[in-house]
Amino acid sequence: MARHVIAPVDELPPGTRKFLEIEGRPIAVFNIKGEYFGLMNRCPHQGAALCEGPLIGLAQSSNPGEIEYTKLGEIIRCPWHGWEFDIRTGQSYCDPRRFRVKAYPAHVEPGASVVKGPYVAETVTVKVESDYVVVEL
Amino acid sequence: MNIQFRESPEAASHPTTKTAIADCDIHPARATRTELYPYLAKRWQHHLEVYGVHAYQGMMEGPPYPKAQPNASRRDAYPPEGGPQGSSLSFMQKQLLDPNNVQLGVLNPLNTGQGIRNHDLSAALCSAINDWQIDKWTSKDKRLKASIVVGNEDGLAAAAEIRERAGDKNFVQVLLLSRNVEPLGQRRYWPIYQAAEEAGLPVGVHAFGFGGNPITPSGWPSYYIEEMVGHSQCQQSALASLVLEGVFERFPKLKMVMIEAGFGWAPSLAWRLDKVWQRLRSEVPDVKRPPSEYIREQVWWTTQPMEDPERREDLFDVINWIGWDRLLFATDYPHWDYDEPSRVLPAGVSEANRAAFYLDNAKKLYGIA
Ligand code: FES
Repeated sequence: MARHVIAPVDELPPGTRKFLEIEGRPIAVFNIKGEYFGLMNRCPHQGAALCEGPLIGLAQSSNPGEIEYTKLGEIIRCPWHGWEFDIRTGQSYCDPRRFRVKAYPAHVEPGASVVKGPYVAETVTVKVESDYVVVEL
Repeated sequence: MNIQFRESPEAASHPTTKTAIADCDIHPARATRTELYPYLAKRWQHHLEVYGVHAYQGMMEGPPYPKAQPNASRRDAYPPEGGPQGSSLSFMQKQLLDPNNVQLGVLNPLNTGQGIRNHDLSAALCSAINDWQIDKWTSKDKRLKASIVVGNEDGLAAAAEIRERAGDKNFVQVLLLSRNVEPLGQRRYWPIYQAAEEAGLPVGVHAFGFGGNPITPSGWPSYYIEEMVGHSQCQQSALASLVLEGVFERFPKLKMVMIEAGFGWAPSLAWRLDKVWQRLRSEVPDVKRPPSEYIREQVWWTTQPMEDPERREDLFDVINWIGWDRLLFATDYPHWDYDEPSRVLPAGVSEANRAAFYLDNAKKLYGIA
């Protein structure tokens, strides 16, 4: 599994995302409240650039008339037809049996380990003193 | 909420569909509120500034609620130069026409001047929107063709507009909406059908409308999702009215296009109509043949929103009833329920049927060489 350095940590603050192409695949990496997640930027429904949609929460109802709104900022809504996916897992909420977006693990590595490898830097100049967001695929 | 878009809109284009296609439902928008003024007499510009628009239905200008996405449109369809989705020709070319190899794009402007109580204002606005379609769109990109928008509630004024545009190659159909003051088969609308038949132009009936009637036959619903399915109910009553008022019998060369209301319901509506017609035909002696015959001979269907049943055989059953020569592919760009051309038709369709579905039927119906 190749590991790619995609940004210094301070370039990807909470609530933001970065789009890039890795090995010919469109990828987006999100910072959700300090945790990092990578997703394929292509909707499994009809192929829209899924990760350009808004981040929303999840509206669910356990009993008629009772509505819970959770996972605020953790659900991506496709910019075309509005299908909802969980950023953490790529799970679809409208048809979890048939659809899922490919999720890629992302996390933070200190500069020292990034410089040592086995990492590929994606348009990022790497310095030992900083921490970096790294995605695996 | 933090929404980031890619820096370059070019990067947002999608895989190219290699074979040429037609897109029979594209919605061009005005970039500014006053964009039609150059095409409107001063008298009507002043009228709009002083009195505004008095419609049959409230909330005609703005949607009664956000329709799933801003302006009911794809979130990636904002032109880079600003303005609402669908308002920029160059961005439409980059995002829709070029990457999908659209050879024929039929424009259906909405919120135009239809369904306005002041019929003179309605006629002026419709005529303005027709001039605007030529100036801003069809004269600048030969792939695009316009629909003649008419003040539908005044049949005579509408017929005059059609006659004025007849023979102008910028226009390929007459555009009506499905929700009107009365069901579409009624006599007030007949001059429209007569003029369209004379001009050899199909009449497109697009879902929506501002006739003041509720969005569903059982009243105003609570949810947008109900409005979405309500379009097909409305289109069914419009089509039943056209058949049963004898419009197809009276205008045998008239061609109707049902736009953006699905088509999966077509067989069951026709079966129901045939069955009751056999029992009740003496009430409507104008209707000389089983309703399904008129429907299959004189009605075409745009595909978006494409039916998407779990078993593709179910889809093929419906299409086989309708006829592979009767469907016209459409995306509904830039609206949010857009259908992506490369993804809508399941595998297992013959080359000839694919070609008919994506391009040939439209070229034939709209008379494009
Ligand atoms: S393409 Fe994403 S929901 Fe349809």
